[in-house]
Order: sequence, then C-alpha cells, then structure tokens
Amino acid sequence: MNLVLHFITSFIASAAFGILFNAPKRTLLQCGFSGMLGWAAYILLGYRLDTIYATVASTIIVGVVSQIFARTYKKPVIIFSVSGIIPLVPGGMAYDAMRNFVEKEYNTAIQLAAQAFLISGSIAIGLVLSEVLNQIIRKIRMPRPKKVRAK
Amino acid sequence: MNDTAAVDEQEPIEVCLLAGKIMLQSGAETYRVEDTMTRIAKALGLAGSHSYVTPTGIMFQSDDMRWAKLIRIVERTTDLQKVAAVNDVSRKLSSRDVTAAEARALLMDIDTSRHAYPVGLQIAAAAISSGCFTLMFRGSLFDFLPGVVCGGLGFLAFILLHRLVKVKFFAEFSASFLIGIVASVLVMAGIGKELDKIIIGSVMPLVPGLLITNAVRDLMAGHLVSGLSRGAEAFLTAFAIGAGIAFVFTIL
Repeated sequence: MNLVLHFITSFIASAAFGILFNAPKRTLLQCGFSGMLGWAAYILLGYRLDTIYATVASTIIVGVVSQIFARTYKKPVIIFSVSGIIPLVPGGMAYDAMRNFVEKEYNTAIQLAAQAFLISGSIAIGLVLSEVLNQIIRKIRMPRPKKVRAK
Repeated sequence: MNDTAAVDEQEPIEVCLLAGKIMLQSGAETYRVEDTMTRIAKALGLAGSHSYVTPTGIMFQSDDMRWAKLIRIVERTTDLQKVAAVNDVSRKLSSRDVTAAEARALLMDIDTSRHAYPVGLQIAAAAISSGCFTLMFRGSLFDFLPGVVCGGLGFLAFILLHRLVKVKFFAEFSASFLIGIVASVLVMAGIGKELDKIIIGSVMPLVPGLLITNAVRDLMAGHLVSGLSRGAEAFLTAFAIGAGIAFVFTIL
C-alpha cells in the first residue's frame, strides 16, 4: 500500500515538474514514468544500500530509460532525464542545510551540506554513466564504416 | 551590393549565437550548448569555429579571419520546449532541410515563444507536486492538503513578486517566508501534523535541485567556470529559501 502511494505520488510529482519546466505536452506522461521508475528504484534499494549508492543506481535507471524515450520520440534526452531526476535531487536536504546554517546549528548544517553535495555528485555520475553505457552499446551495435575505411 | 554580401556573411554566425543563447537561457548544460553551436557552425560551412560558453555570456568565433562575437545572457530558466525546438532546428540544418535564413527565422520564433502552459496550470502543478513531495518525504496523509495549499501559494507569490521586482533572491526569500507562515498557521489550526515535512514538500518547486546537479555535471565535463558559477547561483537560491523559513521560526 505504502509503495503504491509512493509510485503514484512520484509519477504525479515528476509530470507536474514537467509542466513547470515547460516540457512538450506529448512527453509529460513519459516524464512522469521516468520519475516514477527512478523513485521506485531509490526506495527499494534504499532498504539495503546507502543513500549514495541507491542514488547512483536509480539515476542510471532514469538515464537509460530517458535514452530509450529520447530515441523513440526523437527528442533530446534532457527532457526526460531532468524530470526523472527531480525526485532524487537533494533539494530538501540543501534547504535543510541552509536552515540549520541560518539557525546557527553549524555542525548539522555542514553535515547536511556535505551530504547534499555528495548526492548531487552521485546523480551527475549516474547520468554520465548512463550516457557512456549508451555510447558503448551504440558503438558495439553498429561499427562505423569510417573506421573500416581508415584501416 | 557590398552590404548584402556582408549580411550574408554574418548570417551563419548570427544563427549559431541565437541558437546558443536560447539553449543557455532555457537551462541546457554548457557542453550541450557548445556541441549544438559547433554542429550548426559545421552545417553552415564555418570551419574551425570556437565557442566559449558561460552561464552569463557566450563568445563565438567562426575562424581566424573574422572577429569574435559576444552575446550576453541575463536571465536563465528551465524551458525544455525551447531546448527541444532548437535541437530540431539544428538537426534540420545538419540534414540541409533548411537554409541559414530559414533557420534564423525559426529560431527567432522560438526565442519569442512563451510558456506553453498557462500560469494557472503552472501554479496548480506546483501545488500538486508539493503535496506529492510531502507524501514522498514520508509525511502522513494529513499533511497532503497543507502541502498543496502552501506549495501553490508559495509558487504564486514567487511568480508575482518576480514580475514585480526583478531580484530573484527577494522573490525566493518572500515566497519561502510566506510558505513558512502559512504552514505554521495550518499546523497550529490542527490541519496537518508534521511542520517540517510540509515545508520541505512545499519549497520543492522553488529549490535549486536541478541547478546543483547541472553544476556538478558541468564541473565533471571540464567547464570549470560554468560549474562554479552555477553552483554559486544554486547556493544563493538555497540560502534565500533557508533564510525565509528561518525568519519565520525566529518570529514565532
């Protein structure tokens, strides 16, 4: 029950963020879907793994799904990946860190800020990894004729 | 006749700069902007072009013989529709479906086009996503409604204030202040239980999560200047929001 609620809310939240980011109308459902997949992976992996590993893994999933969507709908990857990573992004944590700073709780604040920085770093790593994966797969699938000629 | 020749020569450069400007203003990453500009330049026959892209300006040189051109970027938002549209134009240019002049007209259209969704729908989307985020951050079901109300009001305040005064920091500060006040009042009135969850959920539409991630990606791709300045922008926004909420707590 709880998981179903998470699925529904993350789908709606990502699609709604698609509206805020002015994503093309026909891509809103896909945006919601990639956000839902990412969040589901994050929640399920979060039971076993550390937050950072869970974030990297779920961002890779978001990235791969976005690449697939991008190829099927002939749109840039960024449309799907941006809405997909929104639930994972440590916005709440960044805000929490700042609130602690302003309230003079410096120790907690620094801890939270470091964590937020690491998590956003791991999101970036996940996105880059999925792009690299995509490039490798593409190169293995269709070896370029140019290279043959060069030999 | 001399004049028209000069215009013709300028056109490909203008197309490149316009495309770069639109993409950067719409929140594309730095490497994507440079990539698109280089691709367009190649399609238009400008050999050996160089572009230097930072969040506040673009410099572009087509080859050694001509002057470098500079374009200033003042405001940045996230607008995926425009990114997709510019991408389409660049694709069409590469496959020689459009000429430079046509591409320029297309880009002009994209540049002046407005948000595809009406403001009311945007506020509704912000409100609903705030409610959903409240639930996702393990708030109880009672916190959903206050999350929706605070998120919607906060985003409305942000849009109105940003139109009124062009200082983003002030708009963010006041919007999050309003969110804090409304959330505290709702919790005191018995609507909603966990103040923290409600506030975190409702500031999500304002929070610079995407900026932080883009900053790190830029840093990783070797765009050190862009990465650092985007990080500074994200830091300022987070500071504004945190300060707004903290202000509420000091008053209460």
